[in-house]
Amino acid sequence: MNLSFTVNRRARTLDIDPRVSLLDALRDHLHLTGSKKGCDHGQCGACTVLVNGRRINSCLSLAVMHEGDEIVTVEGLSDGAPSPLQAAFVKHDGFQCGFCTPGQLCSATGMLDEIAEGWPSHASADLDGPYELTQAELSERMSGNLCRCSCYPGINAAIRETAGTGDAT
Amino acid sequence: MRPFDYVRAEDPVSASRAAAQANARFIGGGTNLLDLMKLEVMAPETLVDVSRLDFGGIAEDGDGLRIGATVTNSDVAADARVRRTWPVLSRALLSGASGQLRNKATTGGNLLQRTRCPYFYDTDTACNKRRPGSGCAAMGGETRNHAILGTSDQCIALYPGDMAVALRALDATIDVQRSEGAAERFSMQDFYRLPGETPDIETVLAPGDLITAVHLPAPKGDRQIYRKVRDRASYAFALVSVAAVVRMEGGRIAHAAIGFGGLGTVPWRDPDVDAVLVGEKPSAAVFDAAADTLLRGAVPEEGTQFKVPLARRVLRAVLEEATA
Ligand SMILES: Cc1cc2nc3c(=O)[nH]c(=O)nc-3n(C[C@H](O)[C@H](O)[C@H](O)COP(=O)(O)OP(=O)(O)OC[C@H]3O[C@@H](n4cnc5c(N)ncnc54)[C@H](O)[C@@H]3O)c2cc1C
Ligand code: FES
Ligand code: FES
Repeated sequence: MNLSFTVNRRARTLDIDPRVSLLDALRDHLHLTGSKKGCDHGQCGACTVLVNGRRINSCLSLAVMHEGDEIVTVEGLSDGAPSPLQAAFVKHDGFQCGFCTPGQLCSATGMLDEIAEGWPSHASADLDGPYELTQAELSERMSGNLCRCSCYPGINAAIRETAGTGDAT
Repeated sequence: MRPFDYVRAEDPVSASRAAAQANARFIGGGTNLLDLMKLEVMAPETLVDVSRLDFGGIAEDGDGLRIGATVTNSDVAADARVRRTWPVLSRALLSGASGQLRNKATTGGNLLQRTRCPYFYDTDTACNKRRPGSGCAAMGGETRNHAILGTSDQCIALYPGDMAVALRALDATIDVQRSEGAAERFSMQDFYRLPGETPDIETVLAPGDLITAVHLPAPKGDRQIYRKVRDRASYAFALVSVAAVVRMEGGRIAHAAIGFGGLGTVPWRDPDVDAVLVGEKPSAAVFDAAADTLLRGAVPEEGTQFKVPLARRVLRAVLEEATA
């Protein structure tokens, strides 16, 4: 099937089997191997990308469902110099093996937009908003991204510094 | 994954027609269906993508609310009207899955998410739901995330979702466009089917029947709570969950509608439980009587014994909070 979409601000066209997941299309057909396949079943978040600005698990979506969509992967989060979030991950050691990192970065980028839009979370005491990115809010909002190296302290510090709610260290 | 034809639906009528063919399925967000297709638990030959059909988003409908079938779980949970007037629905949605999954999952697909029974997922084992007549490997097997209410001697698979539990307590209805084109509205009670002798049949839907919307009537109770107990704090299915919609008048319970997750083969509500509560002054004795009524027909397996006392404790805690 023919598929046209935008990946990291570049128009792309593929002729692709409908079975191919968005993740496999990005990795194996467009050779953007930043997005990772941890579980392939929506259980780890390593494959997180932004579709029209919102974070999703690219392993649980078919590429052909994304005709006309704007996809951003970890490769597209910055132009050249690391984004503030990426720089904060480096500064705070937000990774060890790095396998979960592309998903963490895309997920955190989407999550920060969600909190800016005033979306509530399971951790929110009331549903009125707006919300501050406390540690409880951050843990809940990022629970879809597992880190087998358990670098959560560094990941949390990096995200909170970027959101302006962390201790400046 | 088995090969299939992919069709992007242009409108609801042609979508229904395409999905009424043999072995065809709708796909919404795909977060449940694709998972199952990768494992070949489900193997449709045609996928009809309804995710871009516009069923009117979220719109006021008299003093109620109409939620189009393709609205994502995130958008429903964040909607200002839902947060203000039907908070138990926001809470239930926010307790489910992850931010990424809620951004993709649709209202229609969420209603039809299938059980997480590990034997349903494992195509090498017997499962009457996956392969009718093959038996049930869960009975006498490893049980934890299984039902204790509404089970049959054919199936103990749990309905795993959260959203539908809140919808039961809110007396929501489901709008369906039948494949022949007629529109029908179902109560939550009538929509889901108990496993009985046919655990493969889970709802009233026939092939090609399209969910178009969920309708929320004005809530009958202003005290709304969703409490979910699980093995980890987030990103996990319910062991037990309780959705309560309660109204108090003069120190007595004037309205009580209690939905239960983690317990039933379908999103659970027992009118007898509600009836035990209505008209009473809140007390430990009344709450215990409600729990006795809920659990009178429970059939736990070895691995699900813990749900009996857990359901009692969670129900009591929720009722204490809702009636305080
Ligand atoms: C890791 C993980 C954790 C999860 N945790 C939770 C949790 O804690 N709580 C919870 O409630 N859920 C949880 N879920 C399940 C999630 O909520 C469902 O996968 C999701 O809601 C399904 O919606 P969908 O649109 O992606 O459905 P799809 O996968 O697209 O479809 C599901 C079914 O619905 C049918 N369908 C879709 N749309 C329509 C329509 N309009 N009319 C008729 N039929 C239709 C499809 O044919 C299919 O049979 C979890 C999922 C994963 C992967
Ligand atoms: S690879 Fe997609 S969630 Fe694990
Ligand atoms: S850094 Fe190794 S999985 Fe997160």
